[in-house]
Amino acid sequence: MIEHFDMSLVDWSRAQFALTAIYHWIFVPLTLGLSFLIAIMETIYVRTGNEEWKRLTRFWMTLFGINFAIGIATGIILEFEFGTNWSNYSWFVGDIFGTPLAIEGILAFFLESTFVAVMFFGWNKVSKKFHLTSTWLVAVGANLSALWILVANAWMQNPVGMTFNPDTARNEMVSFWAVLFNPVAVDKFLHTIFSGFLLASIFVLGISAWFLLKKREGWIAKRSILIAAIFGLISSLTVVFTGDNSAKTISSVQPVKFAAMEAHYYGSENVGLTAFGVLKRSGKKIGDKEIMDFAFRIRIPGFLSIMTGGDKNTYVPGIEDLVYGKEDSRQILSVADKIRQGVFARDVLNHYKKAIMVNDTGQIRVIKNEYFQDKKFLNENFRYFGYASLMKPEDAVPNVALSFYSFHLMVILGFFFILLFIVSVFLLMKGSIAKHRWFLWIALLSIPLAYIASEAGWVLAEAGRQPWIIQDLMPVTRAVSQISASSVMTTFILFAILFTALLIAEVSIMLRQINTGPKHSEDKL
Amino acid sequence: MISYVFLQHYWWMIISLLAGLLVFLMFVQGGQSMIFSLPGNETQKKMIVNAMGRKWEFTFTTLVTFGGAFFASFPLFYATSFGGAYWVWIAILFSFLIQAVAYEYRSKPANVFGQKTFDIFLLLNGALGPFLIGTAVATFFTGSNFSLDYMNSVKWGTGWHGLEALLDTRNIALGLAVLFLARTNGLLYILNTVDDNDLSARSVKRLVLNAVCFLVFFLFFLITLMLSAGLTFTGGTPGIVVEHYKYLHNFLHMPAVFIIFLAGVIAVLTGIGITIFKGSRKGIWYTGAGTIVTVFALFLVAGFNNSTFYPSVSNFGSSLTIYNASSSYFTLKTMMYVSFIIPFVAAYIWYAWKEINKKKITSEEMNEVDHLY
Repeated sequence: MIEHFDMSLVDWSRAQFALTAIYHWIFVPLTLGLSFLIAIMETIYVRTGNEEWKRLTRFWMTLFGINFAIGIATGIILEFEFGTNWSNYSWFVGDIFGTPLAIEGILAFFLESTFVAVMFFGWNKVSKKFHLTSTWLVAVGANLSALWILVANAWMQNPVGMTFNPDTARNEMVSFWAVLFNPVAVDKFLHTIFSGFLLASIFVLGISAWFLLKKREGWIAKRSILIAAIFGLISSLTVVFTGDNSAKTISSVQPVKFAAMEAHYYGSENVGLTAFGVLKRSGKKIGDKEIMDFAFRIRIPGFLSIMTGGDKNTYVPGIEDLVYGKEDSRQILSVADKIRQGVFARDVLNHYKKAIMVNDTGQIRVIKNEYFQDKKFLNENFRYFGYASLMKPEDAVPNVALSFYSFHLMVILGFFFILLFIVSVFLLMKGSIAKHRWFLWIALLSIPLAYIASEAGWVLAEAGRQPWIIQDLMPVTRAVSQISASSVMTTFILFAILFTALLIAEVSIMLRQINTGPKHSEDKL
Repeated sequence: MISYVFLQHYWWMIISLLAGLLVFLMFVQGGQSMIFSLPGNETQKKMIVNAMGRKWEFTFTTLVTFGGAFFASFPLFYATSFGGAYWVWIAILFSFLIQAVAYEYRSKPANVFGQKTFDIFLLLNGALGPFLIGTAVATFFTGSNFSLDYMNSVKWGTGWHGLEALLDTRNIALGLAVLFLARTNGLLYILNTVDDNDLSARSVKRLVLNAVCFLVFFLFFLITLMLSAGLTFTGGTPGIVVEHYKYLHNFLHMPAVFIIFLAGVIAVLTGIGITIFKGSRKGIWYTGAGTIVTVFALFLVAGFNNSTFYPSVSNFGSSLTIYNASSSYFTLKTMMYVSFIIPFVAAYIWYAWKEINKKKITSEEMNEVDHLY
């Protein structure tokens, strides 16, 4: 085993992956939601035969196309970075993690890439119905692709359906269905795709509002707002519901992340949910990490307890309980104990591997029988295998401020979006939306907010899981490829320059296309 | 009862098939590599870009699926090669990153960097993509400098992290062979898809040179490969030994693979021949099918008959075989069920491709359609 970690290598590798993921996620949610919005618009065109609906569909399709290509481009980098930057991880879990990625390629990517060509180039080449089917299949393909990658990600948050094989020194899948229907996967998939629908709805709403502000394309803008507002309202309500489920699941499978989300350090019953808060340094420390206190906060009394356990008497453990343990009736195991159990598991594995290397068949048999075929050992020791790599108990605590702010920013904006959609529907029903310029400006300015909320969700999911790449089984320090930090730093800079340049081009093209607006009937089609 | 060994062979065949499809679909890159040299005017350039642009996603998707399938079925290769030969894979990724956006952005107003920049991106991807992939695949035969510890963590033997592959003439030869094959297929695809007499004449003229270059580099690689030693997995002690004429032996021990390989080469030559000598426009179907079959057979030679499909030249024991690098029995079996959907996927791709390609690309279309690259 590698006993010394080059933290700058780990940091650069994390930075590169985070950079790629953040850029990738700028483009993906719009693809997820806009594909369905376009499909709905084209369906209305095919059913009514009204050419204005075709103009409308093609306008949004043009914007979809600009966004789609760069999403694919950044996606391929992410897939291969698992290998290039996290090779130990790739081996340790490839048996499980690779499967959803391969299925994503076979089931989703081909569906998407085949029919996206028909969608863009087939207007005058295939029948209306075939074209419409293709548009729907692109939407289905894009969202199917999200399913599989989110199943893979959920497994990293809550590894299930596998067993450790000491001979290969890796985790191996024993139940595909357990991996697919991992409770984290179900919540994550629904929460993520509906957040994509929400973002796309705000995108359409905001741009349509801009047309109304400019007194242009009134017919198209109002119909786009109608579809986006209804689609967005349904999506945003679903996001709240799935978000609540997701938080409950996190509280049981990733309690430290859950406590960090709320900056909840000391466990108790009747814990309130922080609706809004500003953190400050308390001057106290947990290990070498500063404990954050609240400079200001608004709380909903008892709600965190109700959210996690159904009633206000539910005990919600804090970060301190989870790190140092609680030996009362709650029996929370300390991280120090988990480290001891993980070290024992690692030592057993090392002895086993060394016995194999010298072909000591007697020792191999003894270790196998005594430990690896003992369920108690696997449950009590191997489940904490990753803790063997932690230097001290406090290393198990993620960045609390980052987790807290990303979570609360996402939630606050989520509720703001619900209000935005409700007001949109109300003003549309009154027939006065174009007159309320203040609202149109709010709708337009909400576009960047939707992106911020969406990115904040992923920051919470990934930064809140630290120090783990796979919860409890493998920390990021163990997962990294053994390459020089300077190599990764170089590629980080190259990727940062290229991604930024391409983003600038994308935004510039998008703005020009929006400014040009939908093509008129006399334009060539 | 399906055996583990069967599943390991089955999945190597799927990987080989994907590799064949990928090399065939790199006709897109081949076409891109000629966007400055082949067309006689702007309209012809536009037709070439649009002919290739309507298929770029297939190549991209196949590359992603190839990577995903490797990850799922042979994760130790994924960890070893990608984590070790870092710079080669990063270079390949960069070349594909710039391709994806180049098509969509090149002709759009306000694209910031100008059309020429995006055309250069297409050229770079067109030239570097096939060459680097070909070079990387050549190391499946010629080996790399790495070792694995008892926990299967990879340590690369040089600080060049994969770029040292460029110092081996056999690797370079296969890289160039793949590049010229992609260009050959690109020309044949243009002949099949674009309806423009002048562009067709130009394509046929360039076809001769590209086909000859392909044959020279391919034969060089093939002959040196047949004369080279390779590593064999014995199943005993020592586990891996050197075998002279390993890949020649593989062909001799697997006559079916040799026949498939030969059929592929003949089909490639037939496609080129009927285009040059008979003026046919259907050469791409022969050469395309031949490409798939030839690459498929070459991959089987790399992985079957107890070969090491990713040999380590510095530590033979670390070499990867389809036995020690594969996923577990359960995963391979689960994935096998998933793979049964591939014929259905192929069928709808075929149908959609046929529908889109029913009408040939013409200069008139370049002025009529609004979604153009």
